Amino acid sequence: MKKRTFVRTLVGAAVLAVFSGVAYSQQTVKIGLLSNLEGPFAAGGADGMRGAELAIKQKNGMAGGRKIELIKASSDAKPDVAVNATRKLVEQDKVDIMVGPLSGGEGIAVKEYSKTQPNITFINGSSGAQATTLVNPSPNFFRFNTEGAQWMVGLGKAALDKGYKRVMVIAEDYAFPYSQVQGFMSEYCRLGGKVPVKAWVPLGGKDYASVIARIPKDVDALVVILGGADAVNFLNQYEAAGGDKPMIGGSITVSQDVLNYKGKRRDSLVGTIAGAPIADSFDAPEFKAFVADYQKNYPVSAGGYPSPSLFALVYYINMKAALDGLDAVKGDLSGGQAKYREALTKMVLKTPVGDVRLDSNRQAIGTTFITEVVKDAQGNLSNRVLRKVDGIDQMLGMKKEDFKMGSRDEPNCP
Amino acid sequence: MSRLQKWFWGLALVPPLSVFAVWGIWDNAKLFFITLLNGLTLASLYFIVASGFTLVFGLMRNVNLAHGSLYLLGGYVGYIVAEKTGLFVLALAAGFLVAALVGLLMQVAIFRFMQGEDLRQTMVTIGLSIVIADLLLWGIGAQVHQMSAPGWLAGPLRDIPLITAYSKYRMALLPLGIIIGVLLWLFLNRTRVGMMIRAGVDDRGMLAATGVNVNLVFAATFAIGAGLAGFGGVIGAVELSMVPGEDVRLLLASLIVVIVGGMGSVVGAALGAVILGVAETYGLAYAPTYSVVFTFVILVMVLAFRPRGILGQAA
Repeated sequence: MKKRTFVRTLVGAAVLAVFSGVAYSQQTVKIGLLSNLEGPFAAGGADGMRGAELAIKQKNGMAGGRKIELIKASSDAKPDVAVNATRKLVEQDKVDIMVGPLSGGEGIAVKEYSKTQPNITFINGSSGAQATTLVNPSPNFFRFNTEGAQWMVGLGKAALDKGYKRVMVIAEDYAFPYSQVQGFMSEYCRLGGKVPVKAWVPLGGKDYASVIARIPKDVDALVVILGGADAVNFLNQYEAAGGDKPMIGGSITVSQDVLNYKGKRRDSLVGTIAGAPIADSFDAPEFKAFVADYQKNYPVSAGGYPSPSLFALVYYINMKAALDGLDAVKGDLSGGQAKYREALTKMVLKTPVGDVRLDSNRQAIGTTFITEVVKDAQGNLSNRVLRKVDGIDQMLGMKKEDFKMGSRDEPNCP
Repeated sequence: MSRLQKWFWGLALVPPLSVFAVWGIWDNAKLFFITLLNGLTLASLYFIVASGFTLVFGLMRNVNLAHGSLYLLGGYVGYIVAEKTGLFVLALAAGFLVAALVGLLMQVAIFRFMQGEDLRQTMVTIGLSIVIADLLLWGIGAQVHQMSAPGWLAGPLRDIPLITAYSKYRMALLPLGIIIGVLLWLFLNRTRVGMMIRAGVDDRGMLAATGVNVNLVFAATFAIGAGLAGFGGVIGAVELSMVPGEDVRLLLASLIVVIVGGMGSVVGAALGAVILGVAETYGLAYAPTYSVVFTFVILVMVLAFRPRGILGQAA
């Protein structure tokens, strides 16, 4: 009798264990996804969502043995809107992990907010301002993509190689373009290039006629660091005003969302060099597989681009990091997600553009491409790889004491 | 305005502006004149949209905060028509007609039931503008829609003295705005219908007593006002491209134009548009960081010293 009770208890315990185990593994992990579906980056933001969803699809919606539930929200590139959307996801929807936001200013604001939610892990979307991880970094904000300045390493030399000795900078007036300009100019100025004029324009400003009027005659090229709708408007208005100077692009100036906007194709963009974490024609097998998967899941007929945009890739990378981290800890988010964060910190992330490690500020160290816009046989515009630079950290290869973060006036070489 | 006030404003505004103009021309004449041209052409777009707003808002005392949505709607309709047919003129007509039709519907189905109730009109039209914007987002998507200029207006106009090259399309906006302004003024001041509109605004009951169908007159006015927003949308879709969010931008611009110029006055709208357009472009060219401030400084000054607008009259 006693023995039977014992066996029963044992069986019962086993069943309970199995069931609780099942219950544990069936418990979903809520991931909040914040991108832009409104405002100047609406088109790119939608592609960012596709990238993030692709990462989940590739794992059949499971990570670390737990089902992933995705809750999406949208912002419009304004920091306050991004924080409100993040608050809604964290405080109302009770997500476990946040992925987002899209743009530079938003990233800084969401990073600051993350400090007030120490039990949630925040992973960047595609925002690329230096300050996010360089100034007062947050212990629970991770960025598995390289940022705006890192994306421009190598471009200064490429511009000089093309014979552009004097350039004018036209960029939006917020944190991300500051980083991009710093990344470009710190190299370009060091190698002897001159930047006599910098024009900072409001984000979503639309009317570039005044800026176009300020372009001096004696510059060899324009460094255009505008994204989404702004880039489209600038290119259109510059062409209509009779402008013919060659261009050097920021990372999101010649991304797929701009190259493929609705309307006439801009053949004048052919030959534009740019620095970016993605190059459409990069021929590593991992990247080709990623592109093929994207094209299969989001064909052009269903609103996708001929080739994934920067936003799709970067959101993919960050979402993949979130999921790989869950795999590494087998879905264990207990203890204020301490184990999960440790796994993220130590992770060497396999991405379509090579391995990514994090530095002590939880900022990615990774690869940048110098690209040139070419036109293929079907008339589609895409980016060809000129050069690939590996292992770029946030100091851009400079010594810590020489490094100065980008701002309106820094760097300066008129 | 008393003579003293005129002297005061003359002294407060003319010398600093002329000093700026002299410095601007001396410093970089090309930039100064291109910016002037930019300001005037932008003003032209603002005027076309705001003149519709002033008709509805100023003359009929109908607060239509869905005016920006009509601009967006017109722009998208124009884009689709231009893509299907390739005819820019047809796109302009379609943008005007569709927006006018929607405006007519709004007047017949909504405003007729809340004549004179400003607050209700405001709330209802804000709601409508959100609904229309979201329907457009759902149906058309959030991508940038950049309409191409018609072939004969594409590209630059070259060999202009002093400023060398200027966009043909943008240049064409200037005469277009002037033509629309003159036609609108003639319509309101020299035609029978225009007279009826003005009379109806002054005293609706009296006009009805003389045997005029007031509702019909107001519906027609509303349709024209809405149509102008749609027309402006097609023009804007080429110059500034169409994307969600433009509705709010143009609504704000129209509000500022009408407040600065004076409600219900076509000439006032023209003046307001020129002030706003020129302030915005000069701001962007000479002090890009602070360009937004100029617009609002002007607004504050006007509200403080001429609360009915520069050419506004008592209601």
